[in-house]
Amino acid sequence: MDNQFLLSLIVGICVGGAAGFLGSLMLGRRMALVAGPLGHLTLPGIALALMYGFDVSLGAFPFVIFGIVLIWLFEMRTKLPMEALTAVVFASGVAIAFLLLPIKQAEAVLVGDITKVSFVEAAVSVILILLLFFVVKKIYSKIVLINISEELAKSEKIDIRKYNLIYLGSIAIIVALGVKMVGGLLTAALVAIPASAARNLSRNLAQYAFGAMIIGGLSSSLGILTFKLTGFPAGPLIILASTLIFLISLIFKR
Amino acid sequence: MGNELILKVRNLNVRLDHQSIIENLSFEVKKGEVLTILGPNGAGKSVLLKTLIGLLPYKGEIEWAKELKIGYVPQRLPFIKDIPLNIRDFFSLKGSPERETEAILNSVGFKQDFSRKKIGDLSSGQFQRILIAWGLVGKPQVLLFDEPTTGVDISAEETIYNLLAGLKEERDLTILLVTHDLSVVYKFSTDVICLNRQPICYGPPQEVLTPESLQKLYGGEVKYYQHKH
Repeated sequence: MDNQFLLSLIVGICVGGAAGFLGSLMLGRRMALVAGPLGHLTLPGIALALMYGFDVSLGAFPFVIFGIVLIWLFEMRTKLPMEALTAVVFASGVAIAFLLLPIKQAEAVLVGDITKVSFVEAAVSVILILLLFFVVKKIYSKIVLINISEELAKSEKIDIRKYNLIYLGSIAIIVALGVKMVGGLLTAALVAIPASAARNLSRNLAQYAFGAMIIGGLSSSLGILTFKLTGFPAGPLIILASTLIFLISLIFKR
Repeated sequence: MGNELILKVRNLNVRLDHQSIIENLSFEVKKGEVLTILGPNGAGKSVLLKTLIGLLPYKGEIEWAKELKIGYVPQRLPFIKDIPLNIRDFFSLKGSPERETEAILNSVGFKQDFSRKKIGDLSSGQFQRILIAWGLVGKPQVLLFDEPTTGVDISAEETIYNLLAGLKEERDLTILLVTHDLSVVYKFSTDVICLNRQPICYGPPQEVLTPESLQKLYGGEVKYYQHKH
């Protein structure tokens, strides 16, 4: 096993696992869809990163933050449905990306590529993921209660703004790291599919949260291994691996 | 605030989305009382409860006794079934240790190991009892209930009110209860507020629930209510 492959595998498992874990929170309030427009919005950032040769996640991050602010504005200030946001953001993200980028180079933008991840990139990603994991674990039960009912959470003296901010920040980080792995088009799947599969299989919160994490990590490793064997791009293979697990979960649905 | 006074409300006004929901409401609650808030749909009953626990902006005075623990039981939790939670998980969200959870579940009539049951698998009557139990976590002195029998069949409704009456004695609770059900008011309350945006009556139910005040509260619906109970 060569070092490059090992690095990709480690980053893949970490990002996939954390995305699954966070995704289990996002499924609750239909937030999983939000990762979609956020991912699309990163496309111009990834395009810029590829053109000027800096890290893809670094390029994606400011665009994700912009997207989070957009969502916040949409949610707080208007009564427009989330589908409207998806349509607006999706279309403009893709449009700007293709203005910037020659179509030939578009593959990494659309479907990601972690098979060339450097040691430094991998180290930074893993450290970020570990931090993210502890933060999400810390806010997990509060966000679950907020997802169930904001009023109930408020009556328990939970500072909803604070927790939502940390939560959205965590989503921003996972999307920025996720686009490197599966590209701007598939980030929603990265958070939604492992959590959906875990929901089918679990009877309590711990099984659900850690199940989503394990399925996320497992899908990544399966996807990257299949890439090694077949040479197809790893990003779509990761998503398809999680889809396969989801389909299997339907058989064992509890 | 007086020795036994738990809550004092003076000239409460609540406006939401430029619409007046509650106007000039004043009342008091003493320790050990059961105050029911009676009124038709859309009268501002739930809004009142939410305002009392600080969820909504208001004008006027709301003064709770110092160092009071308040338990709030909402009307519905529509999103709870989106998440695979068992009862124990739901209680741990409120920081209830396992042993306390088991003790509380026991006191609302659930057997041991019921806590491993998935919330999504409960009947609506069971779920209401779980909500009441959830309100009891942390030993509150005051409980606020928003229509505790919404969507529950009549026999289960009976169980829930008997349960509430029992818990009140057992735990020395003061209860504020939103309902549109007259029989509950007569059976349980020491005081009643008739609310239809403006306060229509306030006092012990035997004294203030006259045909006139009910007519004013429910309009044409009043006959139906009287026949029913």
